[in-house]
Amino acid sequence: MKNHDPLQDYRVDREPYYQPQHDEIALFTAAYEKRLPVMVKGPTGCGKSRFVEYMAWKLGKPLITVACNEDMTAADLVGRWLLDADGTRWLDGPLTVAARHGAICYLDEIVEARQDSTVVIHPLTDHRRQLPLDKKGELVHAHIDFQLVISYNPGYQSLIKDLKQSTKQRFTAFRFDYPTADIESEVLIRETGISPEIAPRLVELAECARRLKGHGLDEGISTRLLVYAAQLIADGVPATRACRMALVDPITDDEDIRSTLEHAIDALFI
Amino acid sequence: MPSSSDMPSDAPAAETEETIWRGRLDCAFAPVQTIFSDCLAVARARWKDDELAAYMEAARLLCKLGRGSEPVLAFLEGWPEVAQQVGTESLEMVIDWVKKIQRTVNGNILGAFFQALPQLSKSLSSPELLQDYLELLTEVGQKSSASIHGHHTILPSQSLPVLVHRAPDLLQQVSLRGLRAWTEYGLRHYPSNPERQADFFALQSADSRAVFQSQRGGVLLHRHERELDFYLRALWNDPEPLIPYSEAFDLLRKAQPYLNAQGLHIPDIREDRLGVPGLLQYHLILAHLAAHRRYSQSLLADNLSPFLRLTVEFFEDARIDTLLLQRFPGLRGPLLALHPHPREEACDPERESCIRHRLTMLSRAILDPQHGYRNPILRHFVERFHTHFENANTHSMVTLATEYLSQTRLPSDAFAKMFFTDTVTPYRDDNRHLWRFVDADEERDDTDVKSNPAMDAETALIFHYPEWDYGNQSYLPDWVSLYEHIHPSGSAAEIERILQKHAALAKQLGRLLDQVKPQDRERLRRQEEGSDLDLDWALRSWIDYRSRQPADPRIHQSFQPVRRDLAVSLLLDLSASLNDPVRGNPEQSFLALAQEAVTLLAWAIDRLGDTFSIAGFHSNTRHEVRYWHIKGFSESWQDAVRARLAALQAGYSTRMGSALRHAGHYLSGQRKDKRILLILTDGQPADVDVSDPEFLIADARQAVLELQNKGVFCHCISLDPHADDYVRKIFGQQFSIIDRVERLPEKLPEIFLALTK
Repeated sequence: MKNHDPLQDYRVDREPYYQPQHDEIALFTAAYEKRLPVMVKGPTGCGKSRFVEYMAWKLGKPLITVACNEDMTAADLVGRWLLDADGTRWLDGPLTVAARHGAICYLDEIVEARQDSTVVIHPLTDHRRQLPLDKKGELVHAHIDFQLVISYNPGYQSLIKDLKQSTKQRFTAFRFDYPTADIESEVLIRETGISPEIAPRLVELAECARRLKGHGLDEGISTRLLVYAAQLIADGVPATRACRMALVDPITDDEDIRSTLEHAIDALFI
Repeated sequence: MPSSSDMPSDAPAAETEETIWRGRLDCAFAPVQTIFSDCLAVARARWKDDELAAYMEAARLLCKLGRGSEPVLAFLEGWPEVAQQVGTESLEMVIDWVKKIQRTVNGNILGAFFQALPQLSKSLSSPELLQDYLELLTEVGQKSSASIHGHHTILPSQSLPVLVHRAPDLLQQVSLRGLRAWTEYGLRHYPSNPERQADFFALQSADSRAVFQSQRGGVLLHRHERELDFYLRALWNDPEPLIPYSEAFDLLRKAQPYLNAQGLHIPDIREDRLGVPGLLQYHLILAHLAAHRRYSQSLLADNLSPFLRLTVEFFEDARIDTLLLQRFPGLRGPLLALHPHPREEACDPERESCIRHRLTMLSRAILDPQHGYRNPILRHFVERFHTHFENANTHSMVTLATEYLSQTRLPSDAFAKMFFTDTVTPYRDDNRHLWRFVDADEERDDTDVKSNPAMDAETALIFHYPEWDYGNQSYLPDWVSLYEHIHPSGSAAEIERILQKHAALAKQLGRLLDQVKPQDRERLRRQEEGSDLDLDWALRSWIDYRSRQPADPRIHQSFQPVRRDLAVSLLLDLSASLNDPVRGNPEQSFLALAQEAVTLLAWAIDRLGDTFSIAGFHSNTRHEVRYWHIKGFSESWQDAVRARLAALQAGYSTRMGSALRHAGHYLSGQRKDKRILLILTDGQPADVDVSDPEFLIADARQAVLELQNKGVFCHCISLDPHADDYVRKIFGQQFSIIDRVERLPEKLPEIFLALTK
């Protein structure tokens, strides 16, 4: 057991492709120096998770990602007692593993988690940097490398799904948005090898959809979806078919919006 | 024109033949004699002898009808053309119809009928269609002729001549089936008012237009308004209001799309044209207008001649379309399909003004490299256009247009006879936004429309709803005007008093509520996965495991929040009958009882925490359905709401269908698992302008079905002990009848709780 590194699986070995938008890399590095908790905000699929992954690689720290959902409880983060052959056994949750052994813990889409379960992160995010495991009767002091990062999409959630002020005020924040048209085209070309003529048209289509946000669309077409579409096109799927499949049908069931976007596809691609 | 005397060679033969036919026609009207030889020549060239004989025989019959020379003249001149469309064999059918109509009081329409026939036959291209049309005329004639004492029609129809006169135009816009549906509507709704019926057939009345509109083919703007709104927003980031205009009623001036301060004016309907679907045409119209808004600058019009303005407009339009195609190359196909492509030699500059023809060719050539025109000046300017395109703007188009006009000007440009064929581009606007007039001292429209004082429209929201016509099995479009007001307020203390009066009942209800009210969290035991160990089951499994028994892996427990996810609307019938006293208790009215019952129900629903709204309605003809807002979904059960409830007043009639639709409209906007519409009423739907008692019942039934399709569950609580019959018709099984009205305050919450348990 001594030689086994519990964080082995969580190390980021290869450099993920990340196209910086501003000075976010320097700022994140500075925040990590002081081990400040970080919140990344922005619409879905604009590169939040990729940025965190890239920073973990750059800082050379393991990254433990937890995708939050509404059934997630505090026990899913912290850990729970399990049964085994000799009786009960405590199993650390991902947050405890990260705090105990020193990793960046990334809670993706934190608002999806129930509010009572998000409260357990509070003691880790202030000067105490500790995690009480009340069921086990242990107080975990965070490892020197530990940092907490959460992501948060302020766009779509209802009033019920908002972070509490007491949670919000424990974090420094990065506001992300979809990259500018040039950068986004660049991303598509780098990620998928698509031709430089088609990439700007895909981006223009995405911008069309983003303008409909709030008018029947909860979210515009994300960079992630654009990458999917570009991958399909690069693989030889006709552009109009690829766009319908990757960009229109996933985001809407509203007949009028679908028809508008399909017209945009027909108009933009020959 | 050649007459028989000009051709001496075969003169005797022609002479004899014409004389024979003239004799067979045997018609002494002077105008008929004048045109006869021309008509005969036309007919001779087309038909065999027997067909010609039939033609003459028919003309003879028309001559002898005693309706003057008009029918026979129109027939002789028009029939050859008609026969080309519908075949000569239809003549017999037409003549049979003539004989029939001649015997009625409406025989005087024959002249107009034959005059309209040539144009009509373009729309009715088969004998079957013509037959249908004749039957339609017969039917309209029968049904719209006034009769005295029932069985003898005496006065001729006022509507039939109007219909015969308008039919050619109408049939260019609707199919014969549509025309039939429209006429049936007119016949059924104005049976006893010939003047208004004639107005209907002349498309003078609003409902006539609305019904006619609904029969037209093509893509209706209002079906796609939201989508086109999205289109402007998404592709152009330029959400401007879309204002429809109609092409149907203005036959002389063909309106074009246009742009002004109010918004984008576009046609209300577009038919597929040249293989381009109507919706795509709308996209093109909007794209062209939006591109104008983005790329065009306005120009001072006063210094430019009308021809120069026209030329500038064509250049600017071509520039806008080129920009459009650069951005959206996929639009090239439909755009070129719609853009006219006139033949180079189509216009003769000796006889008519060719300026539009030249400019259309130029515009085509700019957009379409495969234009095929050979004119060197045109090709030169197309090339110049493209060379300077990068830095072009509206002003550089003026320079280019001026040069082009001066190089191509012809004396014939000023001719009054302008060549128009194939020069109108259907997706382009009239470019009125391009021009500024310095001395235009425009009067401002006084947009302050005085509100109707009776309706107090300032505080009312106005909605229009259709009504279901069970006789015709169709909707009457925008038939009912519904005004929504906030209910006036009274004293909230009144409601408190009611609650105190029923304190005992409230306590009893409270116990019921506790049974229904959900616990905040529910424990789910014996789960395979969960947030905690369920110790009882874990121990049992542990024992099984240690004793080498198969162990049950379901040893966790988890919690889930429970809630009632429903929205309720309570709709109160506030018609005049509610003021009647309750049987056996002259002191108390139905209204007071309903008020108490609603108070208790609202109190109960509020305690349960369900989303609910309250509204009342009554009506005074279809033009005035009042919908009283008492409590909205987002309002809490507060004093303002109680005060409105305290001031309940009753009056007028019960037009239930529209009120149901309106309440359903709000309710279906609620995102809940269950949406319930409770309606409390004391009688069957009725209104002063409806004589058929089944009409509003059928409409209410239809409204309930519509709501069911939208996922709204309707339940009726009726205070009329004899309501079974019609309530069952309207609501199916979803109703409760309160026989002992005095128990309403107790019953109403109970019914609600039973419905939602």
